[in-house]
Amino acid sequence: MDLALIWAFLIALAVMLYVLLDGFDLGVGILFGFAADDQERNTITASVEPVWDGNETWLVLGGGGLLAAFPLAYAILMPAFYIPVTIMLAALIFRGVAFEFRHKAVRSTTRLFWNGAFAGGSLAATLAQGLILGGFVQGVAVEGDQFAGGAFDWLTPFSILVAASVMCGYVLLGACWLILKTEDRLQGDARKWARRALIAVALAMAAVSLATLSIDPRVTERWGVSMSAINLAKFWKVAPVPAAAAGLIFLLWRDLFRNPEGAPDWRPFALAAGLFLTGYLGLAISLFPYNVPFAKSVWETAARDNALGLMLAGAVVMLPVILGYTLYVYRLFWGKVRVGDGYHG
Amino acid sequence: MDLDALLLSRLQFAFVVAFHILFPAFTIGLAAFLAVCEGLWLWTKREIFLRLYLHWVKIFALAFAMGVVSGVVMSYQFGTNWSVFADKAGSVIGPLLAYEVLTAFFLEASFLGVMLFGWKRVGRGLHFFATCAVAVGTTISAFWILSANSWMQTPAGFAIDEAGRFYATNWVEVIFNPSFPSRLVHMLLAAYITTAAAVLAAGAAQVIVRRTADPTIAQMKMAAGTLALLMPLQIIAGHWSGEIAHEHQPAKIAAMEGWWETKDVQPTIIFGMPDEEAGETKFKIEIPGTSPYLFAGGKALKGLNEFHPDDRPPVFVVFWGFRVMVGAGLGMLGLGVWALVLWHAGRLGKPSLFHYLAVPGGALGFIAVVTGWIVAEVGRQPYTVYGALRTSESVAPVEAGPVAFSLALFMIVYAIVFTAGAVYMARVALRGFDDALPPASDKAWRAPGTPLAAVDEPAETTA
Repeated sequence: MDLALIWAFLIALAVMLYVLLDGFDLGVGILFGFAADDQERNTITASVEPVWDGNETWLVLGGGGLLAAFPLAYAILMPAFYIPVTIMLAALIFRGVAFEFRHKAVRSTTRLFWNGAFAGGSLAATLAQGLILGGFVQGVAVEGDQFAGGAFDWLTPFSILVAASVMCGYVLLGACWLILKTEDRLQGDARKWARRALIAVALAMAAVSLATLSIDPRVTERWGVSMSAINLAKFWKVAPVPAAAAGLIFLLWRDLFRNPEGAPDWRPFALAAGLFLTGYLGLAISLFPYNVPFAKSVWETAARDNALGLMLAGAVVMLPVILGYTLYVYRLFWGKVRVGDGYHG
Repeated sequence: MDLDALLLSRLQFAFVVAFHILFPAFTIGLAAFLAVCEGLWLWTKREIFLRLYLHWVKIFALAFAMGVVSGVVMSYQFGTNWSVFADKAGSVIGPLLAYEVLTAFFLEASFLGVMLFGWKRVGRGLHFFATCAVAVGTTISAFWILSANSWMQTPAGFAIDEAGRFYATNWVEVIFNPSFPSRLVHMLLAAYITTAAAVLAAGAAQVIVRRTADPTIAQMKMAAGTLALLMPLQIIAGHWSGEIAHEHQPAKIAAMEGWWETKDVQPTIIFGMPDEEAGETKFKIEIPGTSPYLFAGGKALKGLNEFHPDDRPPVFVVFWGFRVMVGAGLGMLGLGVWALVLWHAGRLGKPSLFHYLAVPGGALGFIAVVTGWIVAEVGRQPYTVYGALRTSESVAPVEAGPVAFSLALFMIVYAIVFTAGAVYMARVALRGFDDALPPASDKAWRAPGTPLAAVDEPAETTA
C-alpha cells in the first residue's frame, strides 16, 4: 500500500475542504465590509458564527497533517513562506476574536475597530493565503533538505495574480453563501456581489491557468499545452477539468444574471463550490507528484511508514465521524439566518 | 544560522505558547464547569444552575475564541521557526498532533456551534450532549498535546536513523512515555484549579460591587469546594511529576531546587539567588536535610556542577518559576480554605478582606500555569527532545529580520487581543446575573436577548 500517496490525497482533501469552508466564511468576512448597517452586519456574521470555528479547524489539520505526514515538506515550506504565514495567522487572530469582541464593544470607536478587524482580518488572511498558494505553485528553492531561497521569494507578479484570484474566489463563495442564508435586501446585495465576483473569477481563472502553463516545463508537459502549440493527445485526457470549469461558470451566469429569482437559493453556492473544485483539480494535475514544487515529491518527503500507518488507522475511523457531525451541524443550522439564536446577552 | 534568529525564535515560541496556554487552561476547566452546571440543572431542575450556565457560557465563548486563534498559530510555529525539529522529529511527534486534531479539535469546534447557537434548534438533552462533547474534546486535546510534549521531556520508544531522523519503535512507549501520566494529571488539575480561582474571583467581585445574586454565592461555594479539594491533590500530582523529572531530567530538578553540589542529602531552598557565574545559590534561606522525605531511593542527588555548562538549563528562570508556581498554588489553597470557613459562617455574601484578596487571586491560577510551563520547558533546555536533539540544532533556516518582524507583530496583536478580551470577560463577570431568564418549561426554550438589538452589549450613552 502506497501510504505516502494515500496521505497526499488526504492532506489535499483537508486543504480542499479548508479552502471551500473557510473560503466562504473569509469571503463573507470581506463582504461584511460592504454591509449597509449594523443589522446587516449582525446577519452576516450570524450566518457563519456557528460554523467558522469548525471550518478553521481544517487549516489546523492541513498544517498539523503536513507536519505529521510530510515533515520534510512542512520543514521546507514553512520557512519559505515565513512572512505570509505570519501575516495570515495574525489576520486570522483578529477576525476570529472579532466574531465575539464586536458584540462586546460598547464604545462606537471600539465597535468600529472590531468591525474593521473582522473585514480587514478576513481580507488580509485571504490575500496571504493567495500569496502562499502563488509562491507554492511557482516553486520553492531547495538545497539538500532545506529551504534555500530568500525571505521574499514568494512575492512575484504571479503570486500577486494568484492572491487577487483567491480573493475573487472567496468573495464569490461568500456572496453565494449569503444568497443561501439571507433574505430581502441583503440577499439582493449578495446577488449583486456574486455577479461581480463571477466575472472577476472567470477572468482570473483564465489568467492563472495560462500563467501556470508557463511556469515550469513539467506543467506544460502535463497539460500538453504551451503558448505556441497544443498536444491534443495529452490535452484530451485532462480537458474535462477546464471544460467542467467553463460549464460551471455558464451555469452560475444563468443563475446569477439571467434568472436569479428562479434559481433555488442553494444552487449558486453549490456551483461555486464545484468551480473551486475544478480549479483545485487543475492545480493538482499541474503539480503532482510534487508537494514542494518542483523540488520534492510526496514520496521523498513522507514520514516513516509506521507513522503514516498509525495515522491512517485514526483517519479511517475519525474522518467519517468528523464529516458526519460537520454535516449534522450544517443541517442543524440550515435555512435562513435567525439572528436571535445566539447566546449573546 | 545566526544566534540572533535562534534567540528570537525561542522568545517568540515562549511568547505565543505562554499566551496560548492561558486559554486552554481556562476553557478545559470552564467547559467542565458548564457541563456540571447544565447537568445539575437538568437533574435538579433548579434555575440557579441554568443562570450559572447562561452567564459563564458568554465568558467561555470569549476565552474559547482566543484559544482557537492562538492555537492555530502553534500548529504553524513548528514549521516556520523550528523546521529542523519538525523534519527530524516529525515521524514521532506528528502523529500525536494529528490525533489531537482528528479526535479533539473537530469535536470541540463543531459542537461549540451547537452549544452557543443551537439553543432553539435542539432539545435540552441534545444541548447537554453538545456541552459534554466540547468538555470531552478539550480534555482529549490535553491528552494528546501533553503526550507530545512529555515525549519531548522524556523521549521513549524511538530510534534515530542514519539521516538523523527519529522514528518510533514502539508507539505505546511513545504515547505513554515516562512523564506523560503525571504531567497530564498535573495539567488537568491545574486547569480545574485555575478556573475555580477565576470563578471565585468573579463571585467576590460581584459581592464587592453589591451585585450579589443567588448564583453568585453558588458559584463561590462551587469554586471554594473545588479549590479546597483539588489543591491538595495537585500538590501530590506536582510531587509525582517532580519525582519522575528527578529520575529522567536531574538537571531540571537541580535547577528548580538551586542545588549546585552533588550530595546524598540536599536542603529545600525557600529563597535564594542562583548565580550561574559563581556556580552557587546566594542569599539562600533553606531547610536542611529535607531531601530524604521528598525523593526516594537514597542515591546521591545531583547538583548542577555535575553537568557541563552547555548541558544545563538556565537556572535562574527555572528556580524562580518554580517558586512562583508553588506560591501561587499555596495562595489558591489558602483562598479556598478561607472561602470554606466563610461559607460555614454564612458570610460569603458580605464584603470582607477575603473578597478583596480573592479578586486578584483570580490571576493566581494563570500565573501558576505559565510559570509551571516555564519550569517544564526552560528546564528541558538546552534540548528540544531531551538528551537527543538540541534547541540550537532545531531552528529553522530563517534570518533574524523576519523573525524579529513576526515576534513584534505577535506581541502587538496579542497585546490588543488580550487587553480587549480581558476587559470584555471582566465586564461580563462583573455585571453578574442580570440576564432575563428563559421560561423553565418549554422544550426548546428561548435564549436571553432574543431581540436583534440585544445581541450586542448595550452601547454606552456617551461614546
